[in-house]
Amino acid sequence: MPALKELEEAFFYSKKDRDFQRKLEQLQKTYIGRPTPLYFASRLTEHLSGAKIYLKREDLAHTGAHKINNAVGQVLIAKNIGKKRVIAETGAGQHGVATATAAALAGLECEIYMGSEDMKRQALNVFRMRLLGAKVTEVATGSRTLKDAINEALRDWTTNVLSTHYVLGTVFGPHPFPLMVRDFQSVIGRETKRQIIDAEGGLPDYLIACVGGGSNAMGLFYEFLNEDVKMIGVEAGGKGIETGEHAARFAGGSIGVFQGCMSYLLQDDDGNVLGTHSVSAGLDYASIGPEHPYLRDTGRVRYTYATDDEALSAFELLSRTEGIIPALESAHALAEVVKLAPGLSKDEVIVVNLSGRGDKDVQHVARIKGIYL
Amino acid sequence: MISRIGKTFKELKNKGRKAFIPYIMAGDPSLDKTKEVVLLFEECGADIVELGVPFSDPLADGPTIQRASERALKNGVTLRKAISLVKDIRQMTQIPIVLMTYFNPVFKYGVENFIKDAKIAGVDGVIIPDLPPDEAEDFIKLSREAALDTIFLLAPTSTEDRIKKVIKASKGFIYYISVTGITGTTLLLDGSMEVLISKIKRYTDKPVAVGFGVSTPEEASAVARVSDGVIVGSAIVKKLYESPDELRRYILSLREAIK
Repeated sequence: MPALKELEEAFFYSKKDRDFQRKLEQLQKTYIGRPTPLYFASRLTEHLSGAKIYLKREDLAHTGAHKINNAVGQVLIAKNIGKKRVIAETGAGQHGVATATAAALAGLECEIYMGSEDMKRQALNVFRMRLLGAKVTEVATGSRTLKDAINEALRDWTTNVLSTHYVLGTVFGPHPFPLMVRDFQSVIGRETKRQIIDAEGGLPDYLIACVGGGSNAMGLFYEFLNEDVKMIGVEAGGKGIETGEHAARFAGGSIGVFQGCMSYLLQDDDGNVLGTHSVSAGLDYASIGPEHPYLRDTGRVRYTYATDDEALSAFELLSRTEGIIPALESAHALAEVVKLAPGLSKDEVIVVNLSGRGDKDVQHVARIKGIYL
Repeated sequence: MISRIGKTFKELKNKGRKAFIPYIMAGDPSLDKTKEVVLLFEECGADIVELGVPFSDPLADGPTIQRASERALKNGVTLRKAISLVKDIRQMTQIPIVLMTYFNPVFKYGVENFIKDAKIAGVDGVIIPDLPPDEAEDFIKLSREAALDTIFLLAPTSTEDRIKKVIKASKGFIYYISVTGITGTTLLLDGSMEVLISKIKRYTDKPVAVGFGVSTPEEASAVARVSDGVIVGSAIVKKLYESPDELRRYILSLREAIK
């Protein structure tokens, strides 16, 4: 708890600290590669023959996903408050790679916790993290996936709290994490607003993003919350809600308290957290950042889900029509575009957050298709 | 009215003795065995029993209790069944029993119903390691009304402000975590514990029991000298799992060491 207080103070201080802000902006520009482009997907638009579709290209950010925006910000704060070591959880490996990268950049020691199931699924990212100088520690308890990696990272943090900062990867956990992570990701929405006004002379009609913990969605939505723009968050429907094998917290969960925050949670009648399933490791999580239930209950954002099959088909569609292989996570958002766009008029505009690139998923998708590389 | 836990500490104080508080996970390896072990604890001279409730994500626990929790869950043990177990145990003994459970099962059960059912079953106190006092207003209020003790945790990193809050929120005793981290971590006996406990004692005369990391009789004896009670968890769970035949002798050796 004193660590959370210290972190909160350091975060609010950093927001007013000109040196910090200048350094962050400089790194966003020269290291992460911001602003990321807003790309008009003309062939996809033509294919679906409805609304105009724009892609916010977070897949082109350094390390291949939006995760780096938050990792660099938090690592700078950690360094400012004198921490020598950072730790993080990772599911698909993207946040682990981003944290290992930021730690290498800042010269901090780094340890990443990863479920043993996920280590098998994402062997490439495990090796990437090790190349970046991070120690990758296998978590072989519980369901051996993302939630267990978070448990283990929290255990490490309570043990080594004096020397260590925990770089939580999404808008979840105890305060100030949801606020801080949203803040570091909101650069996505700020850029998008400028870019879409340049391209279309006005705001978009729809914003669409996938929602695991919910950081890329919060990053895109936040800047537009007070604007007349419809927003849709897409959860992982897995093999279908009725099968119980999914990660759709709104469709299949109820309110619970988990890993330091109150939100929707997939749980049984006794309050134990249920196992989840999604083809995409980054969405395979039992709870959701607490601001999303608020946005849902106030009617500001509509939440839906895409199944594994729908996401896989969107994954292939974007690859073929645009020459862009999306992350399986982002493919869930694209699956909603496929459903929505044809019913809209040709002058309506959709912006979808392409939160990550699909290189990490190529092997996994091949395996699903029965091809062994 | 003074609680059964309060009375236990008071009697011990009058005799100049310290509390021995062994822990066991409900339902590992079975609820029947747990009952048997609770009775064994009492027979060996334990003062209070801490009963763990299994949870899918036991954040504050190290590998030993995590695995015990997984085994108990596999046996179908839930918070509801742990409460029934206490009811069952109450037919045989009046030793004070403290439940240690994570918050989500309590939340799902309904805080009010949980407190009511726990009290009726004969539970004396509750520890919820992932419920800080700032978030526990309802839980504390309802527990006071039901005369159920609420036990909160302090750590070596706790600030003065925190110490005061935990003292105010705690009834029965205060649970001092001997090390930063999780259950079953190696104990550090370098004199810092004494300093920190005396810091707590400056603000309160509520009993302070120490847990997390106590495993040998020597450690238990050292901790007893500077506190009001010693909680032994992981080491007992491990003994029960690996060499149950030695459990009685081990419990007796701990009791012997805590004076």
